[in-house]
Amino acid sequence: MEYLNIVFDEVYKILFLLVPVLVSVAMIVWLDRRIWAFVQKRQGPNVVGPFGLLQSLADALKYIFKEMIIPSSSNKVIFILAPIVTMTLALIAWAVIPFSATQVLADINVGILYLFAVSSLGVYGIIMGGWASNSKYPFLGAIRSAAQMVSYEVSIGVIIINVLLCVGSLNLNDIVIAQQNVWFVIPLFPMFVIFFISALAETNRPPFDLPEAEAELVAGYQTEYSGMMYAMFWLGEYANILLMCAMGAILFLGGWLSPIELYPFTLIPGPIWFIFKILLLFFLFALVKAIVPRYRYDQLMRLGWKVFLPFSLIWVVLTASYLFYFNLLPVN
Amino acid sequence: MIAHAIFFYTFSIIAVVSAIMVTASKNTVHSVFFLILDFISISCLFIMIGAEFLGMIMLIVYVGAVAVLFLFVVMMLNVAQQKNQWFAAKDSSKHIPIGLVISTLIFVEIIIVIGGWKYKPDLFDVNNSLSQTSVSNTHSLGQVLYTDYIHVFQISGMILLVAMVGAIVLTFRQRSGVKRQSYIRQISRERNEGVEVLEVQSNKGVKIDD
Repeated sequence: MEYLNIVFDEVYKILFLLVPVLVSVAMIVWLDRRIWAFVQKRQGPNVVGPFGLLQSLADALKYIFKEMIIPSSSNKVIFILAPIVTMTLALIAWAVIPFSATQVLADINVGILYLFAVSSLGVYGIIMGGWASNSKYPFLGAIRSAAQMVSYEVSIGVIIINVLLCVGSLNLNDIVIAQQNVWFVIPLFPMFVIFFISALAETNRPPFDLPEAEAELVAGYQTEYSGMMYAMFWLGEYANILLMCAMGAILFLGGWLSPIELYPFTLIPGPIWFIFKILLLFFLFALVKAIVPRYRYDQLMRLGWKVFLPFSLIWVVLTASYLFYFNLLPVN
Repeated sequence: MIAHAIFFYTFSIIAVVSAIMVTASKNTVHSVFFLILDFISISCLFIMIGAEFLGMIMLIVYVGAVAVLFLFVVMMLNVAQQKNQWFAAKDSSKHIPIGLVISTLIFVEIIIVIGGWKYKPDLFDVNNSLSQTSVSNTHSLGQVLYTDYIHVFQISGMILLVAMVGAIVLTFRQRSGVKRQSYIRQISRERNEGVEVLEVQSNKGVKIDD
């Protein structure tokens, strides 16, 4: 009986985290389309519900009632598995995200490594989908995305090392608390910029959306997908984008800390600040989609390997030597 | 404890079965997917014994990077053609002796390691390093790795670097006739370099050198 209680308790907590995440993914899709439209002087989705807020819900209904087509020459097991993998990986990462000092599902020691590992596994959904479709465009998209995500992961890893040098712990709550005096976005501003651009590439967002470049590859790895499986790819992608925004907020913008530790600001609880920071980063994501043209593939690779990687490596040396010279290395 | 045992046996059964499937499955891409499943379940086992850092690094390095490149290469093979070929090929028996030697070697190594751990527990200074609960896994690993074993660590890093450079040198070839772009030159072009205003005479035209 005691075991059962523990299990029910955990299931309750998980549902309490995942349902808001899924709802906010639906909302964020609407927000993305609205921002994109406003930049281009259009209206965007504004018909279903107030301001078109229920547009994503209507889309989801449409996807549910559409037929799922599985190509006869595809590798059926992997074809069906691919969107499930994408979606699952995008959701399990939320287990370690701290919404305040106590509100975190799993406060594990290696939280940031877990986040990094899960986001690096995200490439599998895309590769599996592209390969299993047994068709040229999805395969090309999958190969592109595999190369792209692996190369930008490297620079994200080095950027995380920069932050960890200043923190001295891999726990996400420790990373947030270490920013009590100054958010890392100020001393590590160049790293924040590179992290943001790498996050764009890691989540296949424009201007790095080459895996699904519609002008060249129809829809890249999701060309053969339809109905609910396509919707799952979509949901997973946006959940990943939200996750990257949350990661940026934790690493550089002080997570659930309020910007100024003064009376009127501390009234607002931590989760609200955290969500506000995620939304701020997402707004930037959406703006970039609207205003920047797509990169060419070789330029994308050049940017990742020849610009970001050396620069962030040099910055690691700089940070380490600064901390060492001024005896600021965190020791516990 | 029961829950612990259930999880342990689930992960280890998955690990063993997927390891067998890596060699047994006829489709090469399926083999790589089983290999990935194997890596994931082994990293779960690492986490279960309290080595969460190793487990995560296993996920990041092997699953996140190495297996992706594996998959990358294997996907390029023509799978339909490759099916069943290994078993049907006549000269496959040539590889059997080498395979036997290597597998015996690995088996003996495993026996030595397990035997040492089982019958000579004081060989491994377990109490000293990883099993301390007060210090976190990452800290204790770092303290050992960057003090006592710094030379071994550095040498293994150098070996990997040499292997990487060697692989690049072996496959690199200078191709001629490839148009290269210089970003600096493209950006720093001025108007007077690119545009020329000419007086065009009627019925004569202009000769443009190209």
